Amino acid sequence: MEASGLRPEVRKLAEMTIPIGPQHPALKEPVGFMVNVEGERIKSLDLDVSYNHRGIEKGVEQRDFNQSLYLIERICGICSHAHATNFAKGIEELMNLEIPKRASYIRLIVGELERIHSHYLWVGVAGHEIGFDTLFMYTWRDRELVQDLLEIISGNRVNYAINCLGGVRRDLNEKTIKLALDHLKKLGERAAYYTQLATTEETMVDRLSGVGKLPYEKAKSLGSVGPTARGSGVDSDVRRDDPYLAYAEVPFKVITANNCDVLGRTIVRAGELAQSIEMTKWALENLPPGEIKKAPPRSAPPGEVISRYEAPRGELVHYIKSNNTDKADRFGVRTPTMANWPSVVEGLTGQNIADIPIVVAAIDPCLSCTSRTTFVDIDRHKSWVWNWDELRNYSIRWYKENKGIYWGD
Amino acid sequence: MTEVDAWLVFLYVLVFPGIFFLLGYSFFAEWFDRKMYAKMQNRVGPPLVQPLADFIKLLSKEDIMPEGVEAKPYNYLPLFAFAAVATSFIYIPTFMSSSPVGFQGDLLLVLYMLTLPTIILFLVGWYSHNTFATIGAYRAVSQLFVYEVPLFIAALGPALWTKSWSVSDIVSWQQGNPWLFLIQPLGFIIAIICLQAKLERIPFDIPEAETEIVGGPLVEYSGRKLALFRIATDMLMVTGASLIGALYLGGPSVGFSLDSLPFWAAGVIGFVAFLLKTLLIIFLLSFIRAAFARLRIDQMTSFGWKWLASLALFQLFLVIGMRMVVP
Repeated sequence: MEASGLRPEVRKLAEMTIPIGPQHPALKEPVGFMVNVEGERIKSLDLDVSYNHRGIEKGVEQRDFNQSLYLIERICGICSHAHATNFAKGIEELMNLEIPKRASYIRLIVGELERIHSHYLWVGVAGHEIGFDTLFMYTWRDRELVQDLLEIISGNRVNYAINCLGGVRRDLNEKTIKLALDHLKKLGERAAYYTQLATTEETMVDRLSGVGKLPYEKAKSLGSVGPTARGSGVDSDVRRDDPYLAYAEVPFKVITANNCDVLGRTIVRAGELAQSIEMTKWALENLPPGEIKKAPPRSAPPGEVISRYEAPRGELVHYIKSNNTDKADRFGVRTPTMANWPSVVEGLTGQNIADIPIVVAAIDPCLSCTSRTTFVDIDRHKSWVWNWDELRNYSIRWYKENKGIYWGD
Repeated sequence: MTEVDAWLVFLYVLVFPGIFFLLGYSFFAEWFDRKMYAKMQNRVGPPLVQPLADFIKLLSKEDIMPEGVEAKPYNYLPLFAFAAVATSFIYIPTFMSSSPVGFQGDLLLVLYMLTLPTIILFLVGWYSHNTFATIGAYRAVSQLFVYEVPLFIAALGPALWTKSWSVSDIVSWQQGNPWLFLIQPLGFIIAIICLQAKLERIPFDIPEAETEIVGGPLVEYSGRKLALFRIATDMLMVTGASLIGALYLGGPSVGFSLDSLPFWAAGVIGFVAFLLKTLLIIFLLSFIRAAFARLRIDQMTSFGWKWLASLALFQLFLVIGMRMVVP
């Protein structure tokens, strides 16, 4: 439907404004778009953000560093580790504290596992947005492997809380490393399959290529970050450009694509998925021995720091100002999604209504899971606690016996 | 018509295989479709009573009408959709080779009646006074023009081959002859694809695309009216599958004559054959739903006119040519 060829009276009939958000099935977080369309074609759109201000930055200024670390972890349900690590890294820089090597490796491992789970999630959500629910179901099933792994390593599925100031909270043992390598092998196989599917299945390629055009210059001038920028050929990655943790030692490639559309971003994410799996394997195999934690000082000397971290969605920036106390004097967060909103507006203008969900592909649903449960039997005055393994085994057994479902090994 | 005959026709229309059977079978078909879809996605899927439970739940829900909507069309349109589909079903043979109410030309009536739900969906979207519903209505009617032509041509093939405009005659012809999908495989495939588009299922769920326009024309509907629409869609699936089954797979016929058997035994065998064939077609529809992503309306239009329509025309000329050679 070529809108420009319409007669004026018909054009008037075809013109309307569609509210996409703040509540809309395509959006996983509240953001508002007022989209002016002519028939199926988008003429212009207005972006309206900040429906979800939670005052975390102010909250951080009122808590000490240790408390803040766990508050900051709750900024995002998907990149929780990115936020916590970035903050810990910044504070440690202010304190002039170098964390043990093993701790930085463990942080890296959890960070890359987080990227794997986030990209798996993204592939599923992208499938759902273009009406390919089968892909969604498959990827989210396989994502359980990496979720389980994070749970085994850190004790949590969403807010891993592996970090503490001066190192990490938990160590990895031989058994966990073996299990992780095992799971990573499976994840790698599945990831290769989904990559092949997303880049060759015809209806998917039709829906992804040429959609959400973001030329290289625009990606640069609008300050896009992460896979969005790399999908437009911008070769930037904080992990390589400004190495932190153990990224200077772990071999990896920065994936870019020159498609400058949603397909390009998909190719980048798929490539990163493979890279992350390899990096995690390398880090697990070359895990240095030693301490996992150093005692941090109580306060940080006066100073400012800009802490950068390559989160699954792109460069995450934390600004921290300390003033010789145990609290941050000022704290600011610039999330990658914030940096990428302008590119969404750019990419959507002139496109179809049908492309809104996939171009927006806002991907921050919060998943949560209870890791342990207390059972109370009132009649017998008894109570007991099940840990995660018991709960998980119970759920697997229940489904196996009652529903006949079992897709374990 | 004698007293007994009238009574039998009444039974045929209302109980079996009329509205009551159609309702029950529609619930089963919806369950079957959802279960198959779930299995293909490695999920558990709903229990058998789920569609019925959903229906009852919707009936008991509050019925909301937006402000400023014309009440009469808004209230009555769901009934029209329901009635149109229920009417078309009784012309399709379900257990014997012909329908007692069938007449010469009922194929056209069935096709026409099956077009009505989409037109009604457009009207519903138009009357709902909602941006998403309006866009859905536009899309429903744009899509209608794309798939309806190939579907009609695909239905024309069997009619031309058997030289009859009656569904019952086409089924009777296939009782002693090979099923038509063996003669016209292309038409069978086109008909399946068009039925998928008519039912607005992936990859053709463009008018209701939930992630884009929140559900399309039905976005303002709730309660019992929505329930009526949902059951009408299920009935449309069953009727469409039965029509393709009758035209291309011989409906209740099993490939050889059952005249030597008593009437009831032949009826039961025919009925089982009918059920199996419709379920096979519904399985194919579920498979298509699981295997693709949603198309855009422009992609759908170009696919429909470039491929579906031209292949359907090719098939039509092939049938005419073959009919000249084969007496």
